[in-house]
Amino acid sequence: MQPAKEPARFPANLGVPAIRFIDEAGSMLLFLLSALRRIVSPHQFSKIVAQIYVIGAQSFFLIALIGIFTGMVLGLQGYYTLVQFGSEGMLGAAVALSLIRELGPVLSALMIAGRAGSAMTAEIGVMRITDQIDALEVMDINPISYLVSPRIVASIIAFPMLTAVFDVIGILGGYLTGVVMLGINSGVYFYRIENATTMTDVSGGFAKSVAFAILVTLACCYKGYMAHTRTDGAGPVAVGNATTSAVVLSCVFVLMADYVLTSVLL
Amino acid sequence: MSLDDKHITAKKSKAWDIELCDLRLGYGDTVVLEHVTDTFPGGKITAILGGSGCGKSTLLRHILGLRTPMSGQIYLDGRDIFTMPKKEFRRMRRRMGVLFQDGALLGALTLGENVGLPLTENTRLSKSVIRDVVRYKLSLVGLEEFADYYPNELSGGMRKRAGLARALVMDPPLLLCDEPTSGLDPINAAQMDQLLLSLKQEFPDMTIVTVSHDLASVKTIADHVLMLHNKTVIFAGSGEELYASEDPYVRRFLSRKAVPGKITGIELSSEVRAELDRWISQ
Repeated sequence: MQPAKEPARFPANLGVPAIRFIDEAGSMLLFLLSALRRIVSPHQFSKIVAQIYVIGAQSFFLIALIGIFTGMVLGLQGYYTLVQFGSEGMLGAAVALSLIRELGPVLSALMIAGRAGSAMTAEIGVMRITDQIDALEVMDINPISYLVSPRIVASIIAFPMLTAVFDVIGILGGYLTGVVMLGINSGVYFYRIENATTMTDVSGGFAKSVAFAILVTLACCYKGYMAHTRTDGAGPVAVGNATTSAVVLSCVFVLMADYVLTSVLL
Repeated sequence: MSLDDKHITAKKSKAWDIELCDLRLGYGDTVVLEHVTDTFPGGKITAILGGSGCGKSTLLRHILGLRTPMSGQIYLDGRDIFTMPKKEFRRMRRRMGVLFQDGALLGALTLGENVGLPLTENTRLSKSVIRDVVRYKLSLVGLEEFADYYPNELSGGMRKRAGLARALVMDPPLLLCDEPTSGLDPINAAQMDQLLLSLKQEFPDMTIVTVSHDLASVKTIADHVLMLHNKTVIFAGSGEELYASEDPYVRRFLSRKAVPGKITGIELSSEVRAELDRWISQ
């Protein structure tokens, strides 16, 4: 007699990660709500200012560097595409709209996630594995209020400012290639920018960067805060893995949110 | 006297008793300790003693309310910490001083900022008052000169003493120390013991609980000892009673004797040994 076949494991294999995903999504949402609820509490101002320095000021040169090269590439690509239709005069508008609507908020967010976000995860993760978060708790200092809320506010302030820097420097990058190197008229370049760009484009770009700020900070702080619960390592290995997954998750969040927001804003 | 009457009487005393009632502790489904019952007398130094990994720190984390027991109760100053309102427990915990294993000082803050942190965050005291309190607490542990140093600029012993200063900043009626002498050389370890004893003299109502496997330290400071082994309590009593105990594990622990039998469980095969020797000799 043949032994009875084991029931198919496929649904179970599908179900376990699905439950884990929903569990983690719920946990992240509660974490975010808890952090938002504690934004207005005493002694937050100095921590917010310190975090604006870390997230904003320390990321300035990276953003400027990426901004200028992005603008220069857009200038080059845009020129050689537009020249085929005899409309190279539209280069300023093409560069500015690409940057203000899409590339500025998205690339800034990705760069800040890589630089400041990874540092956030590593710092909070190390605090977790060295009992510093437990120490805060026993001193009756809420760790989320102390560590996460100021970072969220600082990101909400710093992300749009860095995005603005990225946009302006990117437009100058486009000017360098389009006007200085390829000879488009300078007045036409800026006239087209002024003509094509509306306040809706600018505010839409800023709305995106605020959303990205919340998502990136949430992903990075959450992964660091939960580093001790990871199953793929313990101690410093868990912090390393948490940092990697925070940056990956931030990038996924930014690109997914970008699609959703673009479809809403358009 | 009923248990409740006893707890009400205990509350009237300034020193905090800690009462552990049939505790069962663990992580997930894994039981780390069970049938843990004892009273840590208020105003005395209690040492939780035991080998590595026997659950000493786990017990401490439960007393701090950082973890919930699988079953049983912990009474602090006569109140069950897991049934009292959360706000009340938070207020109570604010008055507990805790020294973690490596001090757990916040790396981004100076020593002075670390020690003053509970006051900065939980009170509306002026900066000058906080500065004076911090200087006083650092002087208690001999670190007043180091207020502007960051934790990574200090030795392990200094970090522990700074952690102790932070634990003392709210004048706690209960001080919990997780392995205060581990990783310290004998002189620094003895200094830490003297520090705890001098604290005891300065604040007679302070209950001190220290987790340790340092026999010399336990002998010097402990009024009461709780010894853990094989997931449960194997001894609870005074230091003198501990040294008079006839329990074979206690005797072996106190005389630092290894467990009889082979040290290694398996042996290398001759092929593996030959291969290893060949590579080592190259």
